[in-house]
Amino acid sequence: MNKYPAWKYVVIVTALVVAFFYTAPNFFGESPAVQVTGLRANKADAALVTRVQDALKAANLTTTSVLLNGEVIRIKMDAESQLKVKDALQAKLGEGYVVALTKLTNSPDWLHKMGAEPLSLGLDLRGGVHFLMEVDMKFAVNKAVDRYTGDVRVMLRDKKIYHNGISKDGENIVVRFKEETELKRATKEIETQAPELALKNSQDAAEFVLTAVMKPETQTKLRDSAIQQNITALRKRVNELGVSEPIVQQQGQERILVQIAGCLDPAQCKEVIGRTASLELRLVAEDQASGQNIDAFERYRTEPAPFGTDKMIGSRGEVVLVKKQVVVTGDKVTDAQPGFDSQNGGSTVNVRLDSAGGRAMLQTTRENLKRRMAMIMIENDKPEVLTWPVIQGEFGPQFQISGMANPNEAKNLALLLRAGALAAPMKIIEERSIGPSLGAENIAKGMNSLLFGFALITVFMIAYYMLFGVVSVIALGANLLFLIAILSMLQATMTLPGIAAIALTLGMAIDANVLINERIREELRNGMSPQMAIQTGYDRALDTIIDSNITTLIAGLALLIWGSGPVRGFAVVHCLGIGTSIFSAVMVSRGIVNLIYGGKKKVSKLLIGNVAWAKPVSEKSLPAKA
Amino acid sequence: MEFFRIKKSIPFMRHALVFNAISFITFLLAVFFLWYTPLHLSIEFTGGAVMEVKYDKPADIEQIKEVLTKAGIVGAEPIKFGTSQDVQIRLPLKAAEGAEDQNKAMEKLKDTVMTSLKSVDASATLVRNDFVGGQVGKELATDGAMALLFVCIGIMAYLAIRFEWRFAVATIIANLHDVVIILGFFAFFQWEFSLPVLAAVLAILGYSVNESVVVFDRARENFRKMRRATTEEIFDAAITGTISRTIITHGLTQMMVLAMLILGGPTLHNFALALTIGICFGIYSSVLVACPLARYLGVSREDFVKTEKKKEGEPEVISAAP
Repeated sequence: MNKYPAWKYVVIVTALVVAFFYTAPNFFGESPAVQVTGLRANKADAALVTRVQDALKAANLTTTSVLLNGEVIRIKMDAESQLKVKDALQAKLGEGYVVALTKLTNSPDWLHKMGAEPLSLGLDLRGGVHFLMEVDMKFAVNKAVDRYTGDVRVMLRDKKIYHNGISKDGENIVVRFKEETELKRATKEIETQAPELALKNSQDAAEFVLTAVMKPETQTKLRDSAIQQNITALRKRVNELGVSEPIVQQQGQERILVQIAGCLDPAQCKEVIGRTASLELRLVAEDQASGQNIDAFERYRTEPAPFGTDKMIGSRGEVVLVKKQVVVTGDKVTDAQPGFDSQNGGSTVNVRLDSAGGRAMLQTTRENLKRRMAMIMIENDKPEVLTWPVIQGEFGPQFQISGMANPNEAKNLALLLRAGALAAPMKIIEERSIGPSLGAENIAKGMNSLLFGFALITVFMIAYYMLFGVVSVIALGANLLFLIAILSMLQATMTLPGIAAIALTLGMAIDANVLINERIREELRNGMSPQMAIQTGYDRALDTIIDSNITTLIAGLALLIWGSGPVRGFAVVHCLGIGTSIFSAVMVSRGIVNLIYGGKKKVSKLLIGNVAWAKPVSEKSLPAKA
Repeated sequence: MEFFRIKKSIPFMRHALVFNAISFITFLLAVFFLWYTPLHLSIEFTGGAVMEVKYDKPADIEQIKEVLTKAGIVGAEPIKFGTSQDVQIRLPLKAAEGAEDQNKAMEKLKDTVMTSLKSVDASATLVRNDFVGGQVGKELATDGAMALLFVCIGIMAYLAIRFEWRFAVATIIANLHDVVIILGFFAFFQWEFSLPVLAAVLAILGYSVNESVVVFDRARENFRKMRRATTEEIFDAAITGTISRTIITHGLTQMMVLAMLILGGPTLHNFALALTIGICFGIYSSVLVACPLARYLGVSREDFVKTEKKKEGEPEVISAAP
């Protein structure tokens, strides 16, 4: 009696061994490291490893290891030389690569090959910044409507369709006609050339009115592409920061989550990310200019902007009038690099556009030679003209902006052009930044309370239930091991509420063992033989254990569905903990008990504390009813 | 070791009225405080900003208040946070037209706070900085309410399937009354009600429902075994039989929570507090409130034994041999 078949022990032992290996990486600690990744076309490969090694040798720096892992080179060294290595590599490799400070686990390579990684720590434990950004979809839609309005105007002009004016009314484009035939022609034209628009005819007193609005699927596509583009732009910006493993991901329909763990300078991170900017290239309204100098538009500082133009402020405080029509938006900019003008001297910025942008540019430059074009950065609805150079030639997707005051200005402009490519402005709706020291403190506090609580439970369980207490504590330890192993396997992000959830889960999981032990005691008091008592105790307690865990699971699921941020970490642990609790409290502890007592013919006494008194409640003790 | 040597059933049900009166009064008090001094919601729900500033030496809260007032910052609440060198400053959401402006306004506000703090003591460093926009706050509040609703419905549905609707109702009333009492404590002492506290409340709801399940489970068993006993006696016996386990389990969970309360630092403090109150009232209400409630709702032997009878009846069906 009370013997487990061998396969059950195999299951238990296998589970424990696997859990042990997957928990192990958490105990090796981390050491400082530097990682190198390629930007844009540059890739980290074996050739780069050699360059890195040469650079390190040249700088006389010693490192523990230089490893190529996928497309990332990771270099380990001691804490003092970390910064030196970073500086040396950044200087040697130049702009095309990101050199970032990071931390690497010290766990041996074979564990890594097994897929055993340490827990990934949340921001509250590592320090870092967290932003939730919301994309201003209205802006994106509005801009698209503007673009369509322009397109429709061009279409009608090209086909010589006469109309009484095109206007924008919210999300509608309204075209008025005198003749119905013209309206019909226009409808046909727009339907073939811009099938994304839904058209509607109406008629008022004197005119025929054609109303065009974007089809819902076009709007959806627009929203999707707007958020995707912003994510790409944000990724670029975050990469410019030179941090390791940043998270930039979509959350919900119009939100983007940015998390940069181990960020050393939150203020700087925020500055770059929070720069909610978009870029536009527009022609300068030169017909309104007085002269060629920087003060050409000075009189408009007080006067309102004339029809068809916008008034903006330049980077040197000057007033610039630009045409309303946008030539190229920032999303068409694929690259911008600082350079040097070999003919005239001075710093330049070399810009590259995608094919659509290139076509638009070609047409505009052909028609507007020797006129000025403004590069406009729109930051939080506030446009700023970065520069408004003269168009010197006809060009397509590749061109050069010259006349920078110094290389630094060129570098900054290139960065702005490159990273400013957002489809629509964003705003930060949630922000958290946690210093690295606070993170370490949080880990210590969380772990201390977990260990202290565990110790208290251990003392009580052993004192109260003796040998069965020892078994319970071992089962609880196994529970902790399983929990950490599963969390490590899933690479779930550990947060402070997550640690709290581990502690709470253990505190609640011991319930199962208390239930079992109490039940065994009770059965013994009822006069059952020890072997029978173990059997019945475990069997009867199982129902209750499952019951109690289901209600806990309901609460856990609710938190998982509706919880956000750190609370979700809590919920994940809470839910996983239920599974590990049942397994360890029932299987593991039973396995140990069976090892101790199982198969023995004569067990006169169980070491489960005091049971030397009769069962308290039974039918006999109750007064008989008539 | 043995704490509970109870030889006879304790007549809990005889004093049901007393327990109910106690519950009712605590409940009313909690509701009163919730109305009188509304919950001190964290910025996660209300929107706003929290800054945590570390000093080299113990910080002077009065001085900080003075400096901030001088800088023209309205509604900032500096408090000591954990050690005497740490100060937490809550900034309410600044009203501004358009969400775009609000972000900028908050940004400027935070900068002003840091500059004025640094002007007094240069050692002031910002270690944590949270900002939540008003819209997010509203969403979190709705999500919290949804989660609570889901837990209630889920638990009721489960208990209704597992036992009977009357138990479901009795249990959920007993446990919701715990939730209200926890909230009442938070309102009375003006402890900050944050997302982790909400998580604690929901976790404790799932946890203390267990107690009712265990007691009802035992009651069902007793109904089957003790055929001549009255319903009161059945419940008394059920509570007495499980009380040892109830108290030990809760005690052990409380040990863990106590460790968090003492060692977990300020971040886990309110979380652990909510759990502590929940555990203490959970013991009491899930047993001593739920059982009388089930009794008032008219639970009887038939409700328990019904399903079992059907099973016993099965062998009576004899099919004809071919």
